Amino acid sequence: MIDSQTLLPVSSSKGLEALKPQERKDLLMVNLGPSHPATHGTLRALCALDGETIVAAVTEIGYLHRGFEKDCEAHTFQQCIPYTDRLNYVSAIMNNVGFCKAVERMLAIQVPERAIYIRVITAELNRIIDHLVCAGANLVDIGALTNFWYTFNVREKVYNILEKLCGARLTSSYTRIGGLTRDVYPEFGDEVKAVLKEIRASVKDVQKLIAPNRIFLDRTKGVCIISKERAISYGWTGPTLRACGVEYDLRKAEPYYNYSDFQFDIPVGTVGDVYDRIFIRFYEIEESIHIIEQALGKMPKGPIMTDDKRVALPPKQQTYGNIEGLMNHFKIIMHGICPAPGEVYDFTEAANGELGFYIVADGSKNPYRVKCRPPCFMNFAAFGEMIEGSMIADAVASLGSINIIAGELDR
Amino acid sequence: MDNQLFTLINIAVMTVVMWITPLQFVPFMIWLERKGSAIIQDRIGPNRAEILGVRLFGMIHNFADVVKLLNKENITPSGSNKFYYWLAPFWSMTVSLLPLLIIPLAAPIMVGGHNIVFQAANFDVGILYVLSITSMGVFAVILAGWASNSKFSLLGGLRSSAQMISYELSMGLAIVGLLMVYQTTQVSAIVENQGALVTAWGHALPLPNWGIFLQPFGFILFLVASFAETNRNPFDLAEGESELVAGYHIEYSSVKFALFFMAEYSNMVVAAFVISTLFLGGYQVPYAPTEVLMAHPHGVLIALCVLVALKGGVLGYIFQVHGERQEGLKGVRKAEPFFFAYLGYGLALAAIVVLFLSFGWTLPDWAPGVMAAVLQLGALLAKVFFFCWLFVWVRWTLPRFRYDQLMRLGWKVMLPLALVNLLVTGLVLLTQK
Repeated sequence: MIDSQTLLPVSSSKGLEALKPQERKDLLMVNLGPSHPATHGTLRALCALDGETIVAAVTEIGYLHRGFEKDCEAHTFQQCIPYTDRLNYVSAIMNNVGFCKAVERMLAIQVPERAIYIRVITAELNRIIDHLVCAGANLVDIGALTNFWYTFNVREKVYNILEKLCGARLTSSYTRIGGLTRDVYPEFGDEVKAVLKEIRASVKDVQKLIAPNRIFLDRTKGVCIISKERAISYGWTGPTLRACGVEYDLRKAEPYYNYSDFQFDIPVGTVGDVYDRIFIRFYEIEESIHIIEQALGKMPKGPIMTDDKRVALPPKQQTYGNIEGLMNHFKIIMHGICPAPGEVYDFTEAANGELGFYIVADGSKNPYRVKCRPPCFMNFAAFGEMIEGSMIADAVASLGSINIIAGELDR
Repeated sequence: MDNQLFTLINIAVMTVVMWITPLQFVPFMIWLERKGSAIIQDRIGPNRAEILGVRLFGMIHNFADVVKLLNKENITPSGSNKFYYWLAPFWSMTVSLLPLLIIPLAAPIMVGGHNIVFQAANFDVGILYVLSITSMGVFAVILAGWASNSKFSLLGGLRSSAQMISYELSMGLAIVGLLMVYQTTQVSAIVENQGALVTAWGHALPLPNWGIFLQPFGFILFLVASFAETNRNPFDLAEGESELVAGYHIEYSSVKFALFFMAEYSNMVVAAFVISTLFLGGYQVPYAPTEVLMAHPHGVLIALCVLVALKGGVLGYIFQVHGERQEGLKGVRKAEPFFFAYLGYGLALAAIVVLFLSFGWTLPDWAPGVMAAVLQLGALLAKVFFFCWLFVWVRWTLPRFRYDQLMRLGWKVMLPLALVNLLVTGLVLLTQK
């Protein structure tokens, strides 16, 4: 017996409206999260169950809210970069790139060609590990634990490279406004190529384990389908949208960073179920590997930092050697980067979809306002609707497949 | 000593042995699960816990776990039904220890005019006893799920009860096929039957008369059903880690959790014993029934020596390779693999020495029986270990079913298959008459 007071949290869901008051009495309220093994973080979905079937579900967010956007207002543009690491902490460099690209657009700075290539390579490496994490964790939710290690073992090897590159494994803070912190080390190309080979092998291993498995197919095919139209209306982007059959990838639709020079395909799903969302990630890993291989071949020599005096610190000899250099150094360190008053919205195709930064500058060294458009936010908004009518096990499989990263969702 | 008293002592000893056998297997199974999953997943696995530097390749972790679980706070959630909440883990453990009593470890032997049996209880109803006891295990899960006053446990308990009841049906029907073939429910008689060769329409086939060859479908059905009965992946919905957090034992801590944990593994051991006994000839060595073993004591001794030598040699080699591969270790930790390697080699050497000496020996009267029993026990344990490994292997390979798919498999696939299997078995038996 359940009263309307208990059902209050899910009263806004469509599933509940469809039920007659008499039928509502046998429901069981269950709280999936905020601390639950399937949420991989702190998410919450309030579910009203009829047996094992979820009749009504409402999602709640905010458990990992850190005030990233507000924090940015009290920090200089350069100081914001480490905060972006914590957005989607599974692919930190993509956030660095996204934020710096927005500020660079605001300042109309041309980043050197070599820096762009390195940004593309590291961002694609991050896309690969993000997809590996998502697929591995999703398979754990379905009960196939071993795949988790097959994907995570290679992820560790990518992290070894990133650690050599920027000194940190998870929170890399690799980019700077106008370029990068440091150039790649000499063996970088060879090590990346070796790791790409291992990634291919591990993806093949995982696919061999799951692709012909009847239990896996039953658990994922036709589960938690979301239609093209609903996905678009929710504002989905990235692999989850492409799994629904929409060929929309910012790297092709609005090419940035030489992506138009690279040969790669956009894998597209057909149904928009959990199966499509898992497999589209495997195909995207393959495409990212292609891009990295091409970029490694084409990478030019040259500086990795722009020589624009507004953002780039002068070389040490000049700082200590002449007054112009010293003043330039002083201005950037003490007064920061001061874009002219104005606003900018810039976006990149991050691992989960469109990662956008809307920045307003008032001419001071701190941004007046930063708004992040995380792809997860839109994905999670649809979660309640997606799982209504399916079972708990489906909801768990589906939550893994839309790859919610709480750091990015709640900011 | 008169015969009756001797029989009484014999059965008492066997009862205790069969009672503690699953308990002895539990640490081994936990270790096998951890190390086995590590091998499957390209990891090293547990190797940290130690006693004076001795690590036993992760086996010490079991002791650490026991100490940890004993020291945990013993929680009783408010709002729980205390009696049933406390009853459930004990019920679970007790029930899981009982079914082994009817498993014969070896054929009965005569020593000094006394008949020694290696079976605690030779009931006429044999198999039915196993079925009835294992089906009582579901009560523990239902009680735990309901009494702990938690929604996730309740869901786990519901899932589990539905699952166990559905799969018991196909399990029972799979066994019925076996009963039709062997014409008996007595476990010892079934095992004795399995020593012969398969005869079909009057022709002897070069296959042992095992359940797996007479009832291949029955074997598969029984295997799948026993996975479901033991709540193992792909049927571990009752625990459903990622869905129901921990299912029916979510509210249990400390020793009560340990009991559930041990019961799960001991259920697995029991299932391995039952499958080996019913479908893989139990203690029977293939192509060598008990009479043959009794008649050729020297052959049995040679076989024992060769097997021990092989086992010692292989294990010694594995430990040696393991020891040589590890770098940068010092002291006890470095010496440990080599200690076991030399132990294995020593065992192999001793077995070879005995093998050569034995040609000159005249064996005493009791020897043929004892050696046959040892060989048969070894045969049974080999089969049991294989199934224990199978349980681990499957768990780390397959994803988990969904509740409705599980029910569909149980009722719409396995049950009809079991019925068809019965029909076919009956028809074949009719034509054979």
